[in-house]
Amino acid sequence: MTVVIDRTQPSKPAPTGKGPVSAAARVRASGGPGGGLYKPRTPIYPKLVHGRWRAIKWAVLIATLAIYYVTPWIRWSRPGNLPDQAVLVDFAGRRFYFFDIQLWPQEVHFITGLLVIAALALFLVTALFGRLWCGYSCPQTVWTDLFIYVERMFEGDRNARMRLDAAPWSFNKAWRKIGKHAVWLAIAFATGGAWIFYFHDAPSLLHDFWIGQGPITGYVFAALLTFTTYVFAGLMREQVCVYMCPWPRIQGAMLDANSLQVTYRHDRGEPRGAHKKGTDWSGRGDCVDCNQCVTACPMGIDIRDGSQLECINCGLCIDACDEVMIKVDRPTALIAYDTDAAVEARAAGRPAVYRLVRSRTVFYAVALAALSALMIWGLATRTTLDLHVLRDRNPVFVRLHDGAVRNGYTLKVANRSFQPEQMTIALEGQPAAVLKTPGSVVTAKTITVEVPANEVRAVRVFVTLPPEALSAPNLPATFVVRSSREEMRTVTTFLSGAANSQ
Amino acid sequence: MSKRETDEVTGVETTGHEWDGIRELDNPLPRWWLYVFYAGIVVAIVYWVLMPAWPGVSGYTKGVLGQSDRADVVRELQGLKELRGAQAAKLQKASLEEIEADPELQAYAQAIGQSVFGDNCATCHGTGGVGTKGYANLRDDVWLWGGSLSDIHRTIEVGIRSDHPDTRFSQMPAFGRDQMLTAAEIGDLTEYVVALSRRKADAAAVTRAAPIYEAQCASCHGPAGLGDQTKGAPNLTDQEWLYGSSRADIRGQIWAGKGGVMPSWKNRFDPETLKALAVYIHANAGGQ
Repeated sequence: MTVVIDRTQPSKPAPTGKGPVSAAARVRASGGPGGGLYKPRTPIYPKLVHGRWRAIKWAVLIATLAIYYVTPWIRWSRPGNLPDQAVLVDFAGRRFYFFDIQLWPQEVHFITGLLVIAALALFLVTALFGRLWCGYSCPQTVWTDLFIYVERMFEGDRNARMRLDAAPWSFNKAWRKIGKHAVWLAIAFATGGAWIFYFHDAPSLLHDFWIGQGPITGYVFAALLTFTTYVFAGLMREQVCVYMCPWPRIQGAMLDANSLQVTYRHDRGEPRGAHKKGTDWSGRGDCVDCNQCVTACPMGIDIRDGSQLECINCGLCIDACDEVMIKVDRPTALIAYDTDAAVEARAAGRPAVYRLVRSRTVFYAVALAALSALMIWGLATRTTLDLHVLRDRNPVFVRLHDGAVRNGYTLKVANRSFQPEQMTIALEGQPAAVLKTPGSVVTAKTITVEVPANEVRAVRVFVTLPPEALSAPNLPATFVVRSSREEMRTVTTFLSGAANSQ
Repeated sequence: MSKRETDEVTGVETTGHEWDGIRELDNPLPRWWLYVFYAGIVVAIVYWVLMPAWPGVSGYTKGVLGQSDRADVVRELQGLKELRGAQAAKLQKASLEEIEADPELQAYAQAIGQSVFGDNCATCHGTGGVGTKGYANLRDDVWLWGGSLSDIHRTIEVGIRSDHPDTRFSQMPAFGRDQMLTAAEIGDLTEYVVALSRRKADAAAVTRAAPIYEAQCASCHGPAGLGDQTKGAPNLTDQEWLYGSSRADIRGQIWAGKGGVMPSWKNRFDPETLKALAVYIHANAGGQ
């Protein structure tokens, strides 16, 4: 399906007929300070709006920040000396704890699966509803929203902020600016500071951090994330989305004419123009050209220009427009979550059709469901016992005085449970085989070793076969390790050297 | 240069480059990009001041932090030595049997033993310790001088036919070269030895050789050919042969007995290393 997103709006000022002008020349001509080859940031002063989408955005902001700050403090009892933090990335101990799940480095495929699930969920949501992630739950959006809230507390709403920035320096301007930046830095520090709790025991780290006894990586990462939070949410804001984030560039491949996204219904709005109260609405569009949608936009765009790279689909312009539509006594939802196809259909006088079930959404949904099922199955059937068998390669076998042959193996027995386990090691396939460990004089059919909770133990095992059992140079053998609950088998070979016997 | 033109939709001039119908807009870089570049320059200058950076004719700028990879390595090696000190002290105190019985200490001894073995013993005995013709196999359960922990420790300490005053010493006479036996007698004895190791041999020759074996060989190798570890006399009934198992090999060994030299390592290693090496060899050997 070919989708043409038409960005040549009738309201767009036509290119001036003076011929091509280079980008640098346009910036120079714009008279901005220090123009030239580099484009200064055009300040954006988003105006506070009230409405359904703003309320949802506040709710998501509170929920996501709460999850971020509270999670490391949740305690979860585990036996023995294991950490009692519910969510912990323990680099030193090489474990990832998530409530009752603990992952070892060998199980990194679960993390990979989780990331692929997250990506597929993002694709599905984007194909259905556009960039909801960007508009509501992306950390960049959440912290920028929080920082703008602080800015508004100190400097007032849009118009007051613009006046303050234009005003010469004064005591009033200074304390407002200093106060704003101080609170920003405090929030940034709290953000960077909270991050490190995911990697160490939170209560003891909090104590050590303040008395200067914390790990150096803790200070480095707290400082780094304080810096990035302050710069990205306070100073860079929409530039992070436009210039740094790859997602706006990729979204073009996710969206189609049936994706719901913040849309200006130009069929209803055009021709736009100022409207005098009490005059007739016939022969004109509902858009009164009040520019409230533009002032509300945190990305500094005009949604009436159509779907754009910068748009994060947050819906604040919907709230702004609805406020105005109610005032001028016209139906709301001139700007709404809508599809390009529906707008085109209505413009052509046909009824709008919404198609949420499309080949691409079905594909994403099926892939998402399949992968989620695979992950749940993998986690549910995950064993707490793991076995790897490494054959000795030098020497591959040893002939003993009576013609018996001995092979050496190193067994890596992993106990992923939270209890120490008595593991029984046996060899199947060669009934005459006897086992022993290095240095031990005892030979037996089985060896019992204790593997501590949550650890791997390397066990050297010597297997001896009597001369009459050496029927072939290469004999099949299977190591079987049993814990109190599970059993793990690994197929290996016993090399007898029968072919080159004396 | 290509023709400059303006993009209709955005009103921005293109660079004139086109790929598959996609033209590149000549938008200016954002200004913060420039600030990042300046910040990079500042970081570089700070780095030059703090860290070793600029080469000179006879040295380099040291940097005010005094960072040095060489000093780091020295410090880390010192730390490692201290870490090992605790384990080494345990090795010093414990008996060979105690070391082998304690899993942690055994693992530590095996790690030391393996590296010392690779550096010093592998030249003759091979990296896997299986030896070759003339060099003993240390992985099997056949030992000329005893395979217990203390026997192995002793052999490493004093060597075999070495310059140590208490060295282990054995000498196989050169029955043929020194004309103690005739060639025919040696041929018969060869058959006798082959028979001892439970292989097919010429029965008449074996019968002829029995009194010769009794008179010449049994004093060391024993009447049944089982050898004697106190004298370093090999067991002739098993399937392990230091100098080969063929009739020619056996005959050659009776004609002019060879005996290799193993040096004494007592003065080369400290006592802990000697212990570790003995434990490593014993633990990986085939029993005893």
